[in-house]
Amino acid sequence: MVLPYLLITLHCYISPYKSHRCIRALKTVQAEHAPPQHYTWRRNCSSAVMPRITSHYTIFPRDKDPRWEGVEMERFADEADVVIVGGGPAGLSAAIRLKQLAKEQEKELRVCLVEKASQIGAHTLSGACLEPSALNELFPDWKERGAPLNTPVTEDLFSILTEKYRIPVPMLPGLPMNNHGNYIVRLGHFVHWLGEQAEELGVEIYPGYAAAEVLFHEDGSVKGIATNDVGIAKDGSPKDVFERGMELHAKVTLFGEGCHGHLAKQLYRQFNLRENCEPQTYAIGLKELWVIDEKKWRPGRVEHSVGWPLNRNTYGGSFLYHLNEGEPLVALGFVVGLDYTNPYLSPFREFQRWKHHPFVAKTLEGGDRIAYGARALNEGGYQCLPKVTFPGGMLIGCSPGFMNVPKIKGTHTAMKSGMLAAEAIFPKVTAEDPASKTAGLHIPEYEDNLKKSWIWKELYAVRNIRPSFHNYFGLYGGMVYTGVFYWILRGKEPWTLKHAGLDSAQLKPAKECTPIEYPKPDGKLSFDLLSSVALSGTNHEGDQPPHLTLKDDSIPVANNLAIYDGPEQRFCPAGVYEYVPLETGEGMRLQINAQNCVHCKTCDIKDPSQNINWVVPEGSGGPAYNGL
Amino acid sequence: MSPASVFVCLSLTLLSDYPVIRVKPDNSGVVTDGVKHSMNPFCEIAVEEAVKLKEKKFIKEVVAVSCGPTQVTETIRTALAMGCDRGIHVEVSGKDYEAMGPLQIAKIFAALAKKEEASLVILGKQAIDDDCNQTGQMTAALLDWPQGTFASEVTIDGEKVKVVREIDGGLETIKISMPAVLTADLRLNTPRYATLPNIMKAKKKKIANMKPADLGVDMVSRVEVLRVDEPPTRLAGVKVETVDDLVAKLKANGTI
Repeated sequence: MVLPYLLITLHCYISPYKSHRCIRALKTVQAEHAPPQHYTWRRNCSSAVMPRITSHYTIFPRDKDPRWEGVEMERFADEADVVIVGGGPAGLSAAIRLKQLAKEQEKELRVCLVEKASQIGAHTLSGACLEPSALNELFPDWKERGAPLNTPVTEDLFSILTEKYRIPVPMLPGLPMNNHGNYIVRLGHFVHWLGEQAEELGVEIYPGYAAAEVLFHEDGSVKGIATNDVGIAKDGSPKDVFERGMELHAKVTLFGEGCHGHLAKQLYRQFNLRENCEPQTYAIGLKELWVIDEKKWRPGRVEHSVGWPLNRNTYGGSFLYHLNEGEPLVALGFVVGLDYTNPYLSPFREFQRWKHHPFVAKTLEGGDRIAYGARALNEGGYQCLPKVTFPGGMLIGCSPGFMNVPKIKGTHTAMKSGMLAAEAIFPKVTAEDPASKTAGLHIPEYEDNLKKSWIWKELYAVRNIRPSFHNYFGLYGGMVYTGVFYWILRGKEPWTLKHAGLDSAQLKPAKECTPIEYPKPDGKLSFDLLSSVALSGTNHEGDQPPHLTLKDDSIPVANNLAIYDGPEQRFCPAGVYEYVPLETGEGMRLQINAQNCVHCKTCDIKDPSQNINWVVPEGSGGPAYNGL
Repeated sequence: MSPASVFVCLSLTLLSDYPVIRVKPDNSGVVTDGVKHSMNPFCEIAVEEAVKLKEKKFIKEVVAVSCGPTQVTETIRTALAMGCDRGIHVEVSGKDYEAMGPLQIAKIFAALAKKEEASLVILGKQAIDDDCNQTGQMTAALLDWPQGTFASEVTIDGEKVKVVREIDGGLETIKISMPAVLTADLRLNTPRYATLPNIMKAKKKKIANMKPADLGVDMVSRVEVLRVDEPPTRLAGVKVETVDDLVAKLKANGTI
């Protein structure tokens, strides 16, 4: 099968010098973190011996690995009409729409959906204030069907925070943040409900199976996907229980992996889908669920803030939503734009310290935190939309990125994109003669449909709001711009502003920046990282190669630590990356605690060396979010 | 040579996958809504052992059985994907399910084992959500069959089963005659993965549906849960400088 990664660099220092066992620095390291004993290598011009970190087959191909000789690598293959990667709002909406059309027109259609989470909704995380526009189109009778939209928005507050005070900003109708008519939802539960609707319609849903590889026909079009292999040991060798993944072939494959999908990353390169758009820019969103004191509970209340604790040049803000689902639950969180420049910034700690602001603390005092999670989200909007169709497949949802940034809503556009994809595909896959030049169907009608839909109009109107923050006045300049050009002129200005470029290129070297003094967590309102990660319920099979793969194992210490003071130890919301002292000799090494990963994708986005390549771990691994 | 005709292997869906558990606000139990349930790890080992015995041709048929609401059929499917031949789902839902404990489950399994004329009943040693470790033993008692619990090795020898059991003092080897009940312990085997092609094939295997009443089992519980509380939060430790300080503190505490 074609191994897609074209940038495999076999590190020239690796050699299985068995004589180096005696100076191996790994004996005292705990078993679950110890990289394999026989693959240490000498770091050039230093007496320190660096342990090997990466053992994944995407970096070290198995056909050249002697341990894999004679292992059966044949895969079982099955055919479907449409295969969908990702069981989120976009993927499920596409599946549902396809089956609805099949029912209407009395045609047979086999739709298979694979999802890496152990159950649908377990990897879903969002604020969220859902705009029901797409849901109304998909299921006009959603209320009768029991969709969990239980909390209509009753109050909408916006504030600019300073260290001690709060400046209220009136939420005038017409401003993008106005939430009248929307619902506060627990998106994980909503997605779970969508999954149930899809299964009722006959969609084959396979949670716990991750799409690990894209398959190609001879003519270069997409043939389908292959699910992950299981039973590979941490050092990359096959275990007794090794089993090959399965191939799912389809006429069209939809990729709905969410923000910064790992297969999408490969497809952009393969089909040159990003040649006419700006590189995507992202933010990281961290979220917690709290059960608060009943006296403080205001169901239906939506609060957003900007300002403290971020400075005016770091994009970000907070949300706090009061849910109405029986108990006094609030969903709150913090978003930090990943184009931040200070490598000492820790989005997690900004979130924790924001909770101490008097306006926020008064809601949370006396409450209990019951959940935590994090995920990257798109901030690029219109300027960053790639080509979304290619021979054999298409991209839907947050993967290409239809989020309306000032509204901070992407679910309705993701669902609509899935529905439009389904509507474009249906006539082609059920046609007697698809009349396609390639074996995998190329359906550019999807892109045309998008351009004619309300998604496009919406994204076009708000396209300049986010880039308008790149000015000397930062946040305040952006707000003025929004007030004038969006609220008054509705985004009709003839120019389109540009973003700052790749997020990973924005970090300034550590020596040019000041470390940030974060307060210690108090255990009541703010918490430490590890207890937060425990609340995400994340876990992975321990004995598998780390799925945070490094193209070059020496770069973290040589580049990230040396120049940027190891920003990955700060931007990872799950404590995956740690720089620990070497057991013998001077210096530090990077330790990757892959089991903590919550699949947020921030490291792949923000790594200044772009050396980290997130690939999907064995299916069912990852967070166990319950209605986040 | 191979007397075992039907092999009933019982698995239970339980809270698994290290989710975050919290107590319900009314202290009547833990929140289970929306929490990921999956096959109990010890039951996975039990299924694996059953499938291995079938592959070695000691037994002809493996039947996977489970009691509970509709969710449980997913677990039975996983067992079918691992190699069981057919499944039986005993439907118990609502209040009956919340009150269901090892005794009720054992009664159901015993009734089924008799009905299906099983030669061996294999279960996981305990469920990881309630840690009861009672169902296997109760089933054996109700059937009046010999039991080999905490099995770390199982060998079929004609009409008898040799079981190596993990006990506190080490390992104990016993020989029991069939029909018998076995419970699987951790080191019995490493369960295989249920691969996607097998899950797809499992959709075609039969799962029969029945209710406890069909088996003549009364589901009334003799146990009432009064209250569920979280463990008390651990207090921070206090460091003292000298031994005198330590003694003084212990005295002040009333410990000495």
